[in-house]
Amino acid sequence: MNALLIAALLLVLLSVSYQMGWSRSRKLADTTGERLHSRPVYHGAFVAIWAILPALLVLGIWAIFSKSASEAYILSQLPPEVSTGPQGEMVGAIERVKSIANGFGVVGEADPTESAAASAYSQFRTLTTLVVIAVSAGLGVLGLFWAHSRVAHRFRARNSVETAVRIALIACSGIAILTTLGIALSLIADAVQFFSFVNPLDFFFGTVWNPRFQSTGADAVGQYGLLPLLWGTIMVSGIAMLVAIPVGLMSAIYLSQYADYRVRNVVKPIIEVLAGIPTIVYGFFALVTVGPFLTGIGNVFGLDIRATSALTAGIVMGIMIIPFISSLSEDILHQVPRAMRDGSLGLGATKSETIINVLVPAALPGIVGAVLLAVSRAIGETMIVVLAAGNSPVLRLNPAEPVSTVTVTIVNQLTGDADFTSPQSLVAFALGLTLFAMTLVLNVVALYIVRRFREQYE
Amino acid sequence: MDIVQDQTAAATVPGASTPAPAGEPAARVVTRDVSVFYGQKQALFDVSIDIPDRSVTSFIGPSGCGKSTFLRCINRMNDTIDGCRVSGIVELDGEDINRPDLDVVELRARVGMVFQKPNPFPKSIYQNVAYGPRIHGMTRNKAELDEIVVTSLKRAGLFEEVKDRLDQPGTGLSGGQQQRLCIARAIATRPEVLLMDEPCSALDPIATAIIEELIDELRENFTIVIVTHSMQQAARVSQKTAFFHLGKLIETGDTEQIFTNPRHEKTQDYITGRFG
Repeated sequence: MNALLIAALLLVLLSVSYQMGWSRSRKLADTTGERLHSRPVYHGAFVAIWAILPALLVLGIWAIFSKSASEAYILSQLPPEVSTGPQGEMVGAIERVKSIANGFGVVGEADPTESAAASAYSQFRTLTTLVVIAVSAGLGVLGLFWAHSRVAHRFRARNSVETAVRIALIACSGIAILTTLGIALSLIADAVQFFSFVNPLDFFFGTVWNPRFQSTGADAVGQYGLLPLLWGTIMVSGIAMLVAIPVGLMSAIYLSQYADYRVRNVVKPIIEVLAGIPTIVYGFFALVTVGPFLTGIGNVFGLDIRATSALTAGIVMGIMIIPFISSLSEDILHQVPRAMRDGSLGLGATKSETIINVLVPAALPGIVGAVLLAVSRAIGETMIVVLAAGNSPVLRLNPAEPVSTVTVTIVNQLTGDADFTSPQSLVAFALGLTLFAMTLVLNVVALYIVRRFREQYE
Repeated sequence: MDIVQDQTAAATVPGASTPAPAGEPAARVVTRDVSVFYGQKQALFDVSIDIPDRSVTSFIGPSGCGKSTFLRCINRMNDTIDGCRVSGIVELDGEDINRPDLDVVELRARVGMVFQKPNPFPKSIYQNVAYGPRIHGMTRNKAELDEIVVTSLKRAGLFEEVKDRLDQPGTGLSGGQQQRLCIARAIATRPEVLLMDEPCSALDPIATAIIEELIDELRENFTIVIVTHSMQQAARVSQKTAFFHLGKLIETGDTEQIFTNPRHEKTQDYITGRFG
């Protein structure tokens, strides 16, 4: 209710301030007949920005601090022994008071002190909310009048609005960059902590993965060799690419060069549906259908293929990745200038000669980019591998045997009740950092290649 | 030889190419009642024309009049356009090229094409010229291929400029050089007919002059058909001219006659610049 009310107030403030700026500048132009520097919409937008920004700022600050403020207030209303007691009880008591105040009720009889605290908290909450709304509205109105007073003939409202738009855009792209940076930093911090337990050399070059959980042996640190996991990841992704690259590329060539546009309009979205299927569903599919099927085929030829193996996971992952390759490559093949195709056909080359000799070489950098993006997707894929790869972190060359990958191991190390101080769970961050670095490098390479491809035809 | 579109009713029998009168070169390409449809839309209406051997025939007319479309009928490049349909007869040396059993690859080796915009492949200069001979298996060894590449570049008047950098990408040349490279590429397959679709429209006057000179030389060995927007160019390089308007062939004749004494009023209007 409160949020809705605040949003409504902000909207009113926004429209009123916009109208005020707009009509004032309009009036200026009409009464004096002099030309305005900026059109009325810009004056309106300028006033609206200055009215809404201070209001939003106050509300934002309150949103950050309201929780701790109200908890501090509740504590002050409760008997002093609560705040000196253990952390868990204190949080529980605060939650009870909040529930009573919100009218949800609590388990058991409410203590009189709790009821009193709740009603006091209720009042406190109403009061602070009112104060915050008043302050934010007041600042908003102040901003409104300040901006309103600046509206004049030569006032460059357009430039100010453009600046504001630019700042907003920069802020948005900054969020993406900051998030990446934040992820990297948090990974690095925890990974460094892990490396205080385990020698980085043992981690990066160790061939045995055996992180003994504390329950099995109290002081055992375990062995954290990355290589079995890395090999698993490489093998599963490799098999996936062996499936996805030929199939994806061929379907891209078919769609862009052979298919009638009507066929393409139907087939392309269907292929893209593959990318939209949740990976856990692919996991079922691998576990229930593909794995047993491969075992059956293996039996016919006298091969021992396990149902959950690198092969099963790789094949299903390859199918999942097909649309990444086919869709991107199709777009890229389409971008190859028609003149290039006509030139080759006009010399008497057949369609397939044209594709092999002219189109694919011309589109190759873009296709490589598509493949690399697909590889980074394969490396990061978890769910299919959890279900279908057998989860056996042993260094094996045979793809028909179970393996484990980096992502699966991260899941294993972090699920269950692990605390974040033991090497058993901290290793997950070192693994995550390794993955992050791998996919980052692949992405950078992909972007570089894609950019070079673009320059060729511009 | 001149077939004004209205008078061709008698000549629609398949294979009925008019015997060439004495003194005129024999007709290499003969078309009767060629119509082209893009989907439901008809772009070309019953075009009948004889294109003489070892001479330059130019197609002129305002934009969208169907001259490029007609040019592309001669090597069946219209096959590559979705929803495009061609009716009528197109004969090359008395052979119907729209026959279902005709090998279009062989046809395009015999009828080369140079496009409006220079379109060298993103390969080296050498590879660009060697492309056609290679796919048609015209050579048995590297020496023969080298020979074809060098001769073609020489005939296209490009060899002297690029002889030291045959391994450099063809896309790095200037516009005029690129177009001459495309001509070299087209003549490397030793075609009999060379189709040129506005080959100079993307070039400056100097490059254009070089190409026009080249066309004049190539006339000795090839039958050349050139589509052009420039009437001066048509007058300079061609012996025969055909005027198209709104998908119809209005008039064809000796270039000199078309430009000095056109029979048709629309031709007169166009060449005097009253429209188009």
